[in-house]
Amino acid sequence: MTERASVVDDEGLLPQLVAHLREHRTRLRQEWAGRIHEAHLLQAMTAQEMAAETTSVYDNYVEVLETGSVEALQHYARDLSERIIPRGVETHEVVGIVLLLRDVLARSLFEKYQRDFPLLNRVLDAYEPAANRIANTVAVSFVDERERVIRQQQDSIRELSTPVLPVRERLLILPIIGVLDQQRARQLTEQLLTGIRRHRAKVVVIDITGVPDVDETVANHLVQTVDASRLMGASVIITGLSPLIAQTLVTIGVDLSKMNTIGDLQGGLEEAERLLGFAVTRDGGTGGP
Amino acid sequence: MTGGPRLFSILRQGAYLIASIHTALDDSQLLRFQQDLVERIGRDRARGVVIDVAALDVLDSFASRTLRDIGEMARLRGAVTVIVGIQPDVAFAMVRLGMDTGSVSTALDLEEGLLFLDRATSTVRRR
Repeated sequence: MTERASVVDDEGLLPQLVAHLREHRTRLRQEWAGRIHEAHLLQAMTAQEMAAETTSVYDNYVEVLETGSVEALQHYARDLSERIIPRGVETHEVVGIVLLLRDVLARSLFEKYQRDFPLLNRVLDAYEPAANRIANTVAVSFVDERERVIRQQQDSIRELSTPVLPVRERLLILPIIGVLDQQRARQLTEQLLTGIRRHRAKVVVIDITGVPDVDETVANHLVQTVDASRLMGASVIITGLSPLIAQTLVTIGVDLSKMNTIGDLQGGLEEAERLLGFAVTRDGGTGGP
Repeated sequence: MTGGPRLFSILRQGAYLIASIHTALDDSQLLRFQQDLVERIGRDRARGVVIDVAALDVLDSFASRTLRDIGEMARLRGAVTVIVGIQPDVAFAMVRLGMDTGSVSTALDLEEGLLFLDRATSTVRRR
């Protein structure tokens, strides 16, 4: 190699850099914390927590520069995300602080090597890819964690969202509230059909008062569910169709001739009771108007 | 006529026939089932037929068409047919594939099917 003589070769650069960052750890960390404060990031955290977290992040950061392995950082970032997501910390804040740290450290390297421009260039060559990888890792870990939380919440909402309620002997009610997407519609069908079997239902009232709108796929799915229930010997009454849904169903031409629909849940229940042969009467004493 | 063990049974219960299918039948077995059942309706002077498919976890288009045909044939021979015990998965798969039981009624299980037949044939008996 006929390269110009320099104090260290490329392999030696990173250790040197790491040593520099370790040496000025306290000062650089404080400077970083100051910049975070100025940028109004992470305001959900107390000063104490901030000091603890910034120290950990700093150490992890330098360690990644040293070892080139992001595994420990990934682990830490996920752990950190788990702690701060419930407190409303946003993605831009997390990415923001990591980028600030990158800048603070880059600035300090600049200061140290400014006399020797070619060397500075090589130092930055060594530093930048590693720093970018770190920023990437932290951001991805944070987003992953958030998505995990969202998925978990979606699952629990989904579990809660389609209860099959026995109201009388052989009569089930399915109140549906919220948007009915394909996955939920599938789940609804499954729960309804197994519910019919389990409760030996003869009549099912599906109340969709709380459903704002349906698309063609879901509408067809609903019709199929009604047909499938009939194959299992149960009749389905649908109540609470909103004007919008009624218009949608007719416009898209779903075959509704076999659908038994009634205006509201009250009417639906009365009809169901009639089908089952119940007669509900008010006893003369209490509760009458 | 195909040989081999019978994969279905046809039992008489009063004025009704209870036909249970024990396992998935292939096309020729289905036709044998159809023939046996339609023949028995006349021989036993049955007024109603319950076809129990609870043991089946699949019903293809030929099977559901055959069941529908049996219902029609039974009606011509003077008996009401009800299909019982369609499993949830089977029911939805049938609907998805655009199959149904046509004019033949369905009920949840054997007990319901017999109740249905009681109601459906009572008008005839009272006359």
